[in-house]
Amino acid sequence: MDDLLREFLVESAEHLDTVDAELVRFEQDPNNQQILRNIFRLVHTIKGTCGFLGLPRLEALAHAAETLMGRFRDGYPVSGASVTLILATLDRLKAILGDLEATGAEPAGSDDDLIGALEKMASDDAPAAAPAPAPAPAAIVLPPPVERELKPGEVSLDELERAFMEAPGPDDFFAPEPAPAVAEEPAFEMPAEEAPEPAAPRAAAASSAAPASEGGEGPIAKVQTIRVNVDTIEHLMTMVSELVLTRNQLLEIARRHEDSGYKVPLQRLSHVTAELQEGVMKTRMQPIGNAWQKLPRVVRDLSAELGKGIELVMSGAETELDRQVLDVIKDPLTHMVRNSADHGIESTNERVKAGKPARGTIRLSAYHEGGTITIEIADDGKGLDLAAIRKKAVERGLAPAAEIEKMTDAQVAKFIFHAGFSTAKAVTSVSGRGVGMDVVKTNIETIGGVVDIATELGRGTTFTIKIPLTLAIVSALIVKAGAQRYAVPQIAVLELVRVDAKGAKEGANAIERINGAPVLRLRERLLPIVTLEGLMRGQATVEEGEVVESGFVVVAQVGRQRFGVLVDEVFHTEEIVVKPMSSKLRHIPLFAGNTILGDGAVVLIVDPNGVAKLVGQSAQSGAVAESEAEEVEAGDAKATLLVFKGGAGGFKAVPLSLVTRLEEIDAAKIEWLGGRPLIQYRGRLMPLVPADPTIALRTEGSQALVVFSDGDRAMGLVVDEIVDIVEERLDIEIAADRSDLIGSAVLRGRATDIINIAHFLPLAYDDWARGPRKAAVKAPSLLLVDDSAFFRDMLTPVLKAAGYSVSAAASADEALKALLSNPGIDLVVSDLDMPGRSGFDLVGAMRKAGGRLAEMPVVALTGTVGPEAIEQARKLAISDLVAKFDRSGLLAALAEIGEPGLARAA
Amino acid sequence: MQAANANAAPADTTDYVTVFVGETMFGLTIDRVHDVFVPAGITPVPLAPKEIVGLLNLRGRVVTALCLRRRLSLPDRASGAAQMAIGLEQAGETFALIVDGVGEVLKLGAETHEPVPINLDPRWRDLSLGVHRLDGRLLVILDVDALLAFGDAGRDAKVA
Repeated sequence: MDDLLREFLVESAEHLDTVDAELVRFEQDPNNQQILRNIFRLVHTIKGTCGFLGLPRLEALAHAAETLMGRFRDGYPVSGASVTLILATLDRLKAILGDLEATGAEPAGSDDDLIGALEKMASDDAPAAAPAPAPAPAAIVLPPPVERELKPGEVSLDELERAFMEAPGPDDFFAPEPAPAVAEEPAFEMPAEEAPEPAAPRAAAASSAAPASEGGEGPIAKVQTIRVNVDTIEHLMTMVSELVLTRNQLLEIARRHEDSGYKVPLQRLSHVTAELQEGVMKTRMQPIGNAWQKLPRVVRDLSAELGKGIELVMSGAETELDRQVLDVIKDPLTHMVRNSADHGIESTNERVKAGKPARGTIRLSAYHEGGTITIEIADDGKGLDLAAIRKKAVERGLAPAAEIEKMTDAQVAKFIFHAGFSTAKAVTSVSGRGVGMDVVKTNIETIGGVVDIATELGRGTTFTIKIPLTLAIVSALIVKAGAQRYAVPQIAVLELVRVDAKGAKEGANAIERINGAPVLRLRERLLPIVTLEGLMRGQATVEEGEVVESGFVVVAQVGRQRFGVLVDEVFHTEEIVVKPMSSKLRHIPLFAGNTILGDGAVVLIVDPNGVAKLVGQSAQSGAVAESEAEEVEAGDAKATLLVFKGGAGGFKAVPLSLVTRLEEIDAAKIEWLGGRPLIQYRGRLMPLVPADPTIALRTEGSQALVVFSDGDRAMGLVVDEIVDIVEERLDIEIAADRSDLIGSAVLRGRATDIINIAHFLPLAYDDWARGPRKAAVKAPSLLLVDDSAFFRDMLTPVLKAAGYSVSAAASADEALKALLSNPGIDLVVSDLDMPGRSGFDLVGAMRKAGGRLAEMPVVALTGTVGPEAIEQARKLAISDLVAKFDRSGLLAALAEIGEPGLARAA
Repeated sequence: MQAANANAAPADTTDYVTVFVGETMFGLTIDRVHDVFVPAGITPVPLAPKEIVGLLNLRGRVVTALCLRRRLSLPDRASGAAQMAIGLEQAGETFALIVDGVGEVLKLGAETHEPVPINLDPRWRDLSLGVHRLDGRLLVILDVDALLAFGDAGRDAKVA
């Protein structure tokens, strides 16, 4: 293909895109002669070049389109139908250009259909088409009808009105606004030779009122540009990277030599290199408007297809971002806009009924924010039907119903990103098949972006996309594992923790093992640990013999998954230029790419997503549920449970926090006193209670015990065998009608009975539950607020045992009611993480209520203790924040409030 | 007949860069060879196919280094032994073929060309385009595309 043709193709494609966009603008603002002139000029250029290059088919089509547009210029009214026809012609032109590009020759075929239609429309007499007035957006504030003498050739408003009423309306969805459109008609009807001059001022007035012209007045001012091949820029980028590298090496040498004459030019070189790098980076940046160019056309076609009036308003088109990023988001953006048009915006009838403007608006905006770009796609449509989504999510089994109930609206809205998820009742050609939104999310996430949804029923939906400015340069942590260095993208790193086996006793962090699996305690949570070295050998687990005693743990979070990667050394952070992996290595999930460091060495960039996949079964499954890590986790905190076998081989479990110790005792040491088994334990007698009536105490060998203690009393629960410690979310599925069991749950795929310690404690000591030590004092009355029945049942006996009279409430509202109605309550223990009104809300309401409640001591239970929570707790005068499973912490906190606090409150 | 061929030779000779692996001499068509350099600072890539020794920095480009010995299922060279690299390009990507040594460039005509002997190890047979009879030794011509066509095929096979 010769260069001339290639240039023509590139240029024409651009021109056609511009014409597309301009035509849509023109349709809404038919008086704007400037737009029309611009369109006319572009089509004319295409036609001219086609003739020059000998492309008869293109030329004939362009000519026919030009003729019709020439009629517009002469004042022929612009109708929806005529614009549709021209747009169809442009599509044909593009198709031919596509073939031309592929084959180098114009494809055979006939365009007589289009040309015929174009010619017919162009030769039709004006009155026939006049009844289809230009669609005038409802929002336009029109200048008052012009009051003056009619010029020769002009038609009065009345006449037009009559013509309109009499003619059949082909484009009846534009019909609701006939009058204002007609008000502008005189401009079209002017004699051709007069048209441009008198129309100009009016056009300006109309366009300034048109919301669609927000993008700027007329064509954007010409900037001096040249066309550069992308490969050339990429090559330049590579060369600059190399230059940076060489400079770094020179600087390294300069540091070793004390030759000052050499240093000044080197410094200069250094500056120039930095500037050059920046400059080349800039050439890769493109305005986001390039990705938007096709959208006005897309929306226009959709609005015709769906029979809705839709306005697309774009702002921030000049926001620049890396062209690589631009390529990735182009399709998702188009899809989201289509989606908003189809699902978001209601039909014209519905809108009118809801008292909204007949035309819907989709607002697309982009702006810089820190190192990221935020893109918003907002519609003023019906909003997401969250109830339907919840229902659908349950139907599809995406999450348990109870869990979905607890989710926030934002979390529920994210279900729409699930593959195959659609609540649309009818599948249209546009969308509703449930494909697409998952792809949108995936595409955006691959470049490190996030999508958020805000929706309000009846008011509309806003999608917010945040994406990094560039993919080419990221900030990374350089670490060492084994003999090699690796780069870990900073975006996934939460923190670094130094671990040292020897320092464990002095309070330093140390890695512990559960059945060989290394874990790290980090702020009351267990963090699974993998070693980077092990990963590089293809093992997600750490082998028994491996030394994982000291080094640094890089705490990373991917989706909901949080894990620690153990590395030997951490060097520094560095801005690295990401280079793609070789095609031979792209299948290795652990690496996101590679880069060259300042010292010239190639290092691999670890892909946190790949690591996460190896660590857990999958970072992808339940993608929606995991996206809101913190919120969900707070809602359904995990419980650590001790699982044992007790009675008829069944599995039972008890929260580990209640357990003091696990013991294996010699069965021969069991003594019987008064018909009750006892053993001497730490210099005292400890009663033994079987966990199940069917458990028989062994007479020889060793006997497993679970020891519970409180103060100086202890009880040994006799079990058959201690099985495991599991950390899992607890869903009591079957509530038991036996007093020794709270219910059953599935733990690690096994049905397990959760035992009720409150049942066993009195079996050991008749008076245990009655709070013997405080029997003399009136037991302080405590209100326990927790949404989980399990925790209420679990904590009630503990609190009772500690000498409190306990009442319980399942929600903040219930608690408030109890507090107001029962003046006997002395203090409150409340969970902070509850659905609906949180614990903070409860305390806030108490403090506001004044009087007794304002000063009542409150101990808050929480799954996670963060600085914000502490700050808020302090503000609300909450006496103490205690981790949810920290029984002794809770008792200590209550003891601290102690008598004075209670006395004051009482 | 041979004489006639020799006269016609200049028209259809091919230039080959010769490389050595152990005692065997291999030839690569010169138009595929972009570079000859001493490889240094190779970063191994964990979990990579065994033929890939790692990545290296060649004037600011990251190049995938591939060991001809491993590709031919030969034992690794003794550590510390001299090695050279040939820069090859395929589909816009640069590869470095690690060999024991690089010899001269030979201009060879069709008259010394022989098809690949059928008794050659099939792993070698798949990688060679033929053999040239030289004075006192043989030159195995390597098929650069076949040489670089590993990994993908293997993966596909595993998937299937």
